[in-house]
Amino acid sequence: MPNQTIPNYVISADRLTKHYGNFAAVDGISFDVPAGESFGLLGPNGAGKSTTMRMIGGVSQRTSGKLTIMGLDPEQYGPEVRAHLGVVPQQDNLDEELRVRDNLLVYGRYFGLPMSYLKPKADELLEFAQLTDKAKAKVDSLSGGMKRRLTIARSLINEPKILLLDEPTTGLDPQARHILWDRLFRLKESGVTLILTTHYMDEAEQLCDRLVVVDKGQIMAEGSPASLIREHSTREVLELRFGSERNTTVAADLAGIGDRLEPLPDRVLIYTHDGESALEKVTARGLHPITSLVRRSSLEDVFLRLTGRSLVD
Amino acid sequence: MSNILTEEDYRVQVKDRPFSALYARNAKAVIARGLRATKSSNWLIMVSGFFEPVLYLISMGVGLGALVGTVVGPGGGEISYAAYIAPALLAVSAMNGAVYDSTWNVFFKMNFAKLYQGMLYTSLGPLDVAIGEIFLALLRGALYATGFTAVMGMMGLITTPWALLMVPASVLIAFGFASFGMGITSYMKTFQQMDWINFVMLPMFLFSATFYPLSVYPQGIQWFIQALPLWHGVELLRQLSVGIFTPATAIHIIYYLVMILVGMVLTTLRLRKLFLK
Repeated sequence: MPNQTIPNYVISADRLTKHYGNFAAVDGISFDVPAGESFGLLGPNGAGKSTTMRMIGGVSQRTSGKLTIMGLDPEQYGPEVRAHLGVVPQQDNLDEELRVRDNLLVYGRYFGLPMSYLKPKADELLEFAQLTDKAKAKVDSLSGGMKRRLTIARSLINEPKILLLDEPTTGLDPQARHILWDRLFRLKESGVTLILTTHYMDEAEQLCDRLVVVDKGQIMAEGSPASLIREHSTREVLELRFGSERNTTVAADLAGIGDRLEPLPDRVLIYTHDGESALEKVTARGLHPITSLVRRSSLEDVFLRLTGRSLVD
Repeated sequence: MSNILTEEDYRVQVKDRPFSALYARNAKAVIARGLRATKSSNWLIMVSGFFEPVLYLISMGVGLGALVGTVVGPGGGEISYAAYIAPALLAVSAMNGAVYDSTWNVFFKMNFAKLYQGMLYTSLGPLDVAIGEIFLALLRGALYATGFTAVMGMMGLITTPWALLMVPASVLIAFGFASFGMGITSYMKTFQQMDWINFVMLPMFLFSATFYPLSVYPQGIQWFIQALPLWHGVELLRQLSVGIFTPATAIHIIYYLVMILVGMVLTTLRLRKLFLK
């Protein structure tokens, strides 16, 4: 029996690193996730989020650093760790050779669960995913949204304590996203720990108690969505569009308005505590943007501030 | 899901067991999946695999055999050309099936269907997947061998009950190739590299005393062919088909037992490279 201390954290990563050849996909990241928390990894494509997820599942071997899941090293006790994990990978990897309901049953058998448990559970999850009338359909006849819902239903077959969601709503229409967020929120309420990667800031703001902003394999900032915005951005943002030619040239004329100025190719962002009064100052200088918009700061702004790049390129 | 999880629920007990990271003693779930997939979608492909050696037997054995007449069999007795090449074709079919299942099939399910990614995110370990896939390949090989042996019987090519031993011997041959195939696939990154497998298999099929005796070659080439696995398979089945046993029979069997052992060690060592990237 290995020495088992009671884990304070469900997931604990310490200077976690993963190299592919000379390329550091994950470059020394550390974080701890307590039980029941909804924890997000926010960053652009290629930031190392998925690789981190794969290491948590024990299906990718780390180059260095320490990682424990419920007190266990997933590289040593992969099957035991994964027995309590539900995984929604970035790309659906449903079993195309099996029918919809069989996908759930067969997946449950991989966990060694008995059929007497799996049959009612599969029906319950089909209901949850609104796929009951598709139970006998072939997987390749499903729409993209249906496949995504089936993948998520499949991840719940073993009643996981930790749910890993890698870009869960990419490719879903807005209505489907909101349904999914609602389901995830209910899981969270039942005490399931959610680990979520996303490059959608609204998703991160909706679902995450706490998140880390990841870029180039490193953690840039950590905190709750609200505290990150408070720390790294202003309360409001004024977005101005002067037409693609003029956005960068006009920036000089805007100097001094607001706390900070961010000229982008398609728009100019002015960070300020009061967007409306900033807009008044802009027009007072005789500048007339084609469109203007005052909005609250979001995680997108935090990311832009921290990395100098936007989340969705 | 109705009960709210507590700290207690997050405590996990584990026992130390061999291969704990690689093996969860649940290969049967992989096997059950394979059977279900065969039933629901790809049974037609399976049936087609049975016909391949039968077509060769009809074309070469019956067609070409009419020109060749009789040849000298393993015991020194005269046998028809069809009876001479039939066991060889069975050995080739066992090899091809096992190699296909453990290389192309694994490569595709790994890199394109992403089937193994799904499996490996469950309680299964890579060794469960490997054992399950190899078992399925052998099961399929056993079915083909049984069917082919029945066809041989119907064509009057079987004269002794010993010939039934060709079925388990085919499984032994398939096991030898399958155990190696998966290990080799772990080195493969692209389709072009996978094509090298065919490049090795085809000459082995043509030149391993499949269609004519080894004695046509000069001594050096004979030794080379005798070092290759298919020749041992061809000779083993050919001996069994007429019920002749010599010390060479034991050597052929031992060759495959060693091949299985080395192949399984290689595959197990390469599992992390193959599945856990």
